[in-house]
Amino acid sequence: MSVEARERRQPWILLSPALTAVGLLLFVPLLFIVVYSFWLRTATGADQAGFYLDNWNEALTDPFYRDILLGTLRIAAITTIACAVMGYPAAYFIARARSNKVLLLLLLMLPFWISYIIRTMSWINILGVSGAVNWLLLNLGIVDEPIQMLYNEPTVILGLVHFLLPFMVLNVYVALEGIDISLEDAACSLGSTRWQAFREVTLPLSLPGLAAGGLLCFVLSAGTYITPLVLGGPTDAMFANLVFEAIITQLNWPLGSALSLMLLAVLGALVLVYNHYLGMAQLMKGLG
Amino acid sequence: MGWNLIRIYTLLVYLFMFLPVAVVVLLSFNASQFGSFPMTGFSFRWFVELAQNEAILRAFQTSIVLGALTAVISTTLGVLASLALVRYEVPGRNLISTLLIAPILVPEVVLAVALLLFLNFLAINKSFFLLLMGHVIFTLPFVILVVQARLVGIRKDYEEAALSLGASPVQAFFQITLPLLAPAVFAGMLFAFTISFDDITGTLFWKPGGVETVPTQIFAMLRNSISPEINALGTVMIFLTVGLPLLGLAIARRMAMQRGG
Repeated sequence: MSVEARERRQPWILLSPALTAVGLLLFVPLLFIVVYSFWLRTATGADQAGFYLDNWNEALTDPFYRDILLGTLRIAAITTIACAVMGYPAAYFIARARSNKVLLLLLLMLPFWISYIIRTMSWINILGVSGAVNWLLLNLGIVDEPIQMLYNEPTVILGLVHFLLPFMVLNVYVALEGIDISLEDAACSLGSTRWQAFREVTLPLSLPGLAAGGLLCFVLSAGTYITPLVLGGPTDAMFANLVFEAIITQLNWPLGSALSLMLLAVLGALVLVYNHYLGMAQLMKGLG
Repeated sequence: MGWNLIRIYTLLVYLFMFLPVAVVVLLSFNASQFGSFPMTGFSFRWFVELAQNEAILRAFQTSIVLGALTAVISTTLGVLASLALVRYEVPGRNLISTLLIAPILVPEVVLAVALLLFLNFLAINKSFFLLLMGHVIFTLPFVILVVQARLVGIRKDYEEAALSLGASPVQAFFQITLPLLAPAVFAGMLFAFTISFDDITGTLFWKPGGVETVPTQIFAMLRNSISPEINALGTVMIFLTVGLPLLGLAIARRMAMQRGG
């Protein structure tokens, strides 16, 4: 084999383990759930191979599924907006801080490493009937009986924001870091106020970071099922809970496949729109 | 004026992030029976109970073995792939990058269902191996992102010099590139370990009956009520998952400084 041929083959040898893994463990299985979603669940509990539209018919027309899908998208949207409103100023502060920038950033990264389940359940200690807030309210004499603040949609959103906020701050921070501060100074020297300079110069330039953070927050919150289980009430199921129910509890795998593909289609469409306008490069910056 | 407002706002955001976690740590030292306020005294009793809880110890063992194997496998795959993507002219590099990053973009629930059903179709039962494969696939993108970012910054000249002095490509990799890349490899492994250690979404789908990792164990315990023991477990987890990466970061920085890079 010539040196040139070997040179050409080498990257493929290096890539093949990772590509094989992703192919076999992600792409082939994804194709497979497409097939499985057309199988039929029979009364005996066995799945019948074939091409049946029953699952899709159920998943797409049953108002129960539609309502939960819409509810999930609404929760994801509110979570994303809340993350943006809370995260943007914080990211701006870190990016423009004159000292301790590394420390501020590190502090922000710490919650990333604290277990998701721990961070989620920590709100029970705060908002529970015998939690910190009720204890405070009782001792201050503001209420006579503890208030039930948990197990509703706002708490689910609160838990999601707590989980996802670092993603938003990090993405906006990365974008703001890439903007030359002197641009704002230039705008000011040309007669605009600080606020105008921010609105006209910095904010538009940081929008890609905001969009990347928003996409991550939206996709991650729309795919969650742990938070509603821990912090939500019986009626606060999100779409992923339906998938979990169908697959793990009811063992109705064909229906679970169809529901998973619905979720994938909705979120995939969003990722494609994002990719079309902004490209994946911005997202990679904020992840790495 | 405006800047002070942002400062206070940011302080509130940090408080929001840290207060609930601080309360977990605080309550884990509560002497009371109940994992709640008011605190009745300072005590280590829940940590002692924790150390004697067989189920939790088993879960820790599972999580650590799983995390370590995940880290080793996904870092190996990730380093090889990053080398190819950074060091060689690969046709369709962007497409390949996107394919390798795809596991982050697919909602984890969907990834979990797909892998579970596929292996079921192949008549492979749920097993520790399946759980491991699942963890490898969604930690791989993070390793690739971290290693690639570092590799771009390491000049190719060093390897070429080694090659021109008669080293084989494998020798050049192990004696030149890998030591220079060590901080990123280390960071990638830690990243993979932490993500695997923390995962619950995929794990609930993939774990065989009777096997629990620490997060699924906590999740199962939460079904009853929040006990001081869960808070103690949470505190241990916080120190493990925050302490380990901080330690790793310090080591990686030291290594990078010693190697002058």
